[in-house]
Amino acid sequence: MEKIIELHSIIKEFDGERVLDNIHLDIYDKEFVTILGPSGCGKTTTLRIIGGFETPDSGECYFDGKVINDVPAHRRHVNTVFQKYALFPHLNVFENIAFALRLQKVPENEIIRRVREMLDMVALRGFEHKNVNYLSGGQQQRVAIARALISQPRVLLLDEPLGALDLKLRKDMQNELKKIQQRTGITFIYVTHDQEEALTMSDTVVVMADGKIQQVGTPIDIYNEPINAFVADFIGESNILDGVMLADGRVRFSGKEFVCVDSGFEKNEPVDVVVRPEDVDFVAPEKGMLTGVVSSVTFKGVHYEFIVDIGGFKWMIQSTDFVDQDEKIGLSIDPDAIHIMRKSEYSGKYGDYSSFSDELDALSDANTVEEEL
Amino acid sequence: MKKFFSKGTAVAAPHLVWCVLFIVAPLLFVLYYSFTDTSGAFTLENMQSLSDYSDIFLTTIEMSIISTFGCFIIGYPLAYFISRSSEKQKKVYMVLLMLPMWTNLLIRTYSMMAILDDGGFFNTLLLSLELAPVHIVGTKGAVIFGMIYDFFPYMVLPIYTAITKIDHRVIEAASDLGCNGMQIMTRVILPLSRSGIISGITMVFVSSISTFYISQKLGGGTFELIGDTIERQFQSPSTYHIGASISLVMMILILISLAVMNRFSDEEENSAARSRIGK
Repeated sequence: MEKIIELHSIIKEFDGERVLDNIHLDIYDKEFVTILGPSGCGKTTTLRIIGGFETPDSGECYFDGKVINDVPAHRRHVNTVFQKYALFPHLNVFENIAFALRLQKVPENEIIRRVREMLDMVALRGFEHKNVNYLSGGQQQRVAIARALISQPRVLLLDEPLGALDLKLRKDMQNELKKIQQRTGITFIYVTHDQEEALTMSDTVVVMADGKIQQVGTPIDIYNEPINAFVADFIGESNILDGVMLADGRVRFSGKEFVCVDSGFEKNEPVDVVVRPEDVDFVAPEKGMLTGVVSSVTFKGVHYEFIVDIGGFKWMIQSTDFVDQDEKIGLSIDPDAIHIMRKSEYSGKYGDYSSFSDELDALSDANTVEEEL
Repeated sequence: MKKFFSKGTAVAAPHLVWCVLFIVAPLLFVLYYSFTDTSGAFTLENMQSLSDYSDIFLTTIEMSIISTFGCFIIGYPLAYFISRSSEKQKKVYMVLLMLPMWTNLLIRTYSMMAILDDGGFFNTLLLSLELAPVHIVGTKGAVIFGMIYDFFPYMVLPIYTAITKIDHRVIEAASDLGCNGMQIMTRVILPLSRSGIISGITMVFVSSISTFYISQKLGGGTFELIGDTIERQFQSPSTYHIGASISLVMMILILISLAVMNRFSDEEENSAARSRIGK
């Protein structure tokens, strides 16, 4: 696969505040890349630099091996699906989609043919003459996608395109977008703060925080081998514990020694240990590698979610077995369920569930959406 | 009856009284005078004599159209420029734009005369630059200039409001899809500011067509607009009736042009309403 977009040492500041701090990123042709991060991490700015709406303070943006820093947005082979769609309110569905072709002075019969093709692709046949302002959110979204794809760009940028849709519609659109991407073979660069969306759709996930890229990899890599406490916490749920690497394959945390599969650390190097909530098994207290007391139980449908107090540290554990609150339990952890990470600036900030509450989580999610708009 | 005396009516009552006293009653007087003679008997004579004024009507309409067009040509770019400035600059420009409106119309017109008169500031300046002086006051051009000068804030303000309401992302989307600067203007900004353009045109046109004082002063008494004619009729009681009938015809003309304008803006309003529903 060939590189289509390369970002080299991109730095961008707004009012003296560094939004992008030395970004290096290669994006390959025909890939579905997701830039994932919390609000204010610089993901939208990265997208806007690729789209031509922002100029980096320093560094280069390459397209097909050529620097495009000074190429204005309207001359880039890159189109954008904007947050909240940004459809032209004075044009109907047909004219919105035909907009780019009209500018290129494409003959009328070809415009009709290609707009029809697009309408078929986004399942909006028959909506040609509808006023875009009358459409539902999902339909507006489809028009925005068709409008951006009709001029056959090499790269499509999508800025939280599903953020304003309800959950069910969002899931449907995720599948549809993935299908469209595979069918057209256009490189998609997708920005989102929703980690599940990123894992579902992408070939490659780029995790950003504080204006820096934290990790680039396949969804499976990112989930199974997070590079630091930030990534481990942001992607899925994680119990992150202070540990010490005793030797290759041997780690000590929570006052006990464990066998693990990681190696390559110094002897007695302090590390962050990640254990995913679903990788812990309940056993009888006397058989447990660790013992703790269940401090809360939440029914989640597929499984229960427990907060377990183990020596003062609150773990999150997900299991289909039911254990009642205040019960004493033992825990068993397989060696390959233990993931070791080097210490980073994010160590100690994440992975403790002592202040955890679902409502708080939902609240902060809602805030994220608001801020991004 | 219960409905009639609802809370809403009670709140609206002072305004209702105001309307009847100062809007409906004068209109009825205009109507009454239009169709009566000095003795108060019904007559169509006033209406028949209106044909004597057809030239003045035509000149007035012509000059109103020119000044409205002039306001648009100057006002639109200015409105666009202000809407693109920083918040701080916007405030300064707005004050500069409104400042003349806080000055009395008479004073503004007199100062305009002082500037444009044959011996005024402008010609003195031309002379000192060893250029030929220009006779301005007393020409049609001067009157149109005065009208544009006085009315163009009414053009700028609604257009400015309409442009600032355009979602910035829509402009970015146009640029993303291949519009250069000029195409963004013609394909997105102009169509999306149509409601502002229509209000601006309406406000300036209506003000222009009823202009009187400006034309007397800057026209140097050489010609009159329909507003001046009406004013003159009302200076002697014997011509009240003619004045009233001219006013009536004027009102009808303005109503017709407003109705035409509204047809355009209605479409705009509807689509704006739709976009609100959409959100």
